[in-house]
Amino acid sequence: MMLSIRDLRVSFEDSSGDSTEVVHGINLDLARGESLGIVGESGSGKSVLSLATIGLLPGTARASGQIMFEGQDLLTLPEKQMCGLRGRKIGMIFQEPMSALNPAMTVGAQIAEGLRLHKGMSQSDAKTEALRLLEMVQIPQATQRINSYPHEMSGGQRQRVGIAIAIALKPDLLIADEPTTALDVTVQAEILDILDDLVTDLGISLILISHDLGVIARISDRTLVMYKGDEMEHGDTERVLRSPQHDYTRKLLDAMPSRARKSLDQTGMEGPHA
Amino acid sequence: MKRIPLNLWLGGLISTLLVGSAVLSRFWTPEDPIKMNILNRLKGPGDAGLLGADQIGRDVFSMIMAGGWTSLGIALTATIIGGSIGTLIGVTAAAKSGIFEKASGWINSVLFAFPPILSAILLGALLGPGGLTSIIAIGVFMIPVFTRISRGAAMQIWSRDYIKAAKMAGKGQALITIEHVLPNISAQLLVQFAIQTGLGILAEAGLSFLGMGIAPPTPSWGRMLADAQTYISTAPHLVLAPGIAIALAVLGLNLLGDGLRDLTDPRRKQAS
Repeated sequence: MMLSIRDLRVSFEDSSGDSTEVVHGINLDLARGESLGIVGESGSGKSVLSLATIGLLPGTARASGQIMFEGQDLLTLPEKQMCGLRGRKIGMIFQEPMSALNPAMTVGAQIAEGLRLHKGMSQSDAKTEALRLLEMVQIPQATQRINSYPHEMSGGQRQRVGIAIAIALKPDLLIADEPTTALDVTVQAEILDILDDLVTDLGISLILISHDLGVIARISDRTLVMYKGDEMEHGDTERVLRSPQHDYTRKLLDAMPSRARKSLDQTGMEGPHA
Repeated sequence: MKRIPLNLWLGGLISTLLVGSAVLSRFWTPEDPIKMNILNRLKGPGDAGLLGADQIGRDVFSMIMAGGWTSLGIALTATIIGGSIGTLIGVTAAAKSGIFEKASGWINSVLFAFPPILSAILLGALLGPGGLTSIIAIGVFMIPVFTRISRGAAMQIWSRDYIKAAKMAGKGQALITIEHVLPNISAQLLVQFAIQTGLGILAEAGLSFLGMGIAPPTPSWGRMLADAQTYISTAPHLVLAPGIAIALAVLGLNLLGDGLRDLTDPRRKQAS
């Protein structure tokens, strides 16, 4: 297993020293090239789970348990080694394309910075690679857009840049935290297609976090349903959606608009490109 | 093309005039600003030079120009020094939470409690009056202002996802601060810099009014005011000239700061 999480608990401490546990012992395994969807409502602990995996939990959070990634326990790994792992081995795509890019830096420079720091590429090599990445995520007129600032781009284009940054270092694991939530429905589909193609082509494992079962159904092999920091259900996406074992999964399915549910029945089950 | 706001126009114009005449005074003034000409004693505007002459016959217009250099020099130096130190503390406090942040908060509160005039008198007693005393006194008073502003602005930036992305790219706190935080708070700092320089000019004038400023005979607006007190009824131009100069300089720099804020703040842009 490339990633295996055992009994992960995360708690937050408030200023008076009281701690509140928000993730209560999650277990999950992810093999190379596999994609896992984590679904749940706001506050279910899905984002905290992903931040714990890349070691970017806020200072007030404490994590216990085990996160084994390629044979190393990320929770006990010293910050210096974690720094080398983050980005290079594990990439992340953020929810808000607006705040995920530095407004004062060209998108090309932002894609290139990881390449320069982690791989020691020269400025010009990094720029060439950044251009190739922009073309990979299907930014039109990439040669011109590479010098654009984030505010000159649309939300969908910014999110593509975010994906380009995340895959720049060819990570083994990609974590996408609600990558399409802030986007228009039509753009959502494009972004998911790009994401799915890249994951398949590059053999990257993917953890896709969403509150939207439609998004999960579209690209993930397995699905983990979370509620208030607990695992409700975990299994093949098709099985979870077709015959939910848990009341909460059924409620989530019922919460979808009926038309979306119908299209889920028709397309979601037959694989990503149906 | 964006429309340049009126306050930026006016502020920029006054500030440019201020800097221009101060720099010009290093090379040329109508008369030597420290040369006494007792025959012109207390003559009004037009009778001797553009703005008249003072109680020992020095040309007031030349003194205003040269005094501008003194005021601006001290205010700018103090703001640059105090602003740099304050910003450094502020962004460091934002990057490192914990004891450093708490300590900087306490020190700030203590510094805020001292008005610059009081700290200058204290310093003057220690170092003796002079330009350096003014710079240190005004500079120290700038530190907490910049610390608060840069810390608040930097904390906002630190909560953005692109900081997480930068951490993913393998950057440490120092590099993130230099490459991601500072460029994104620079507009706010620039605005504050203009406003604080204006306040610095006011503080410098106050210090030299009290005799804690730069040593005579170097012209200074504050001391011109102090010297003119006794002639306020007989030669009011001696009070008006430096008074208006101080007011204009402070107004110009404040308008410049406000204008820059309007120009850089996206919320205000949409409102106008």
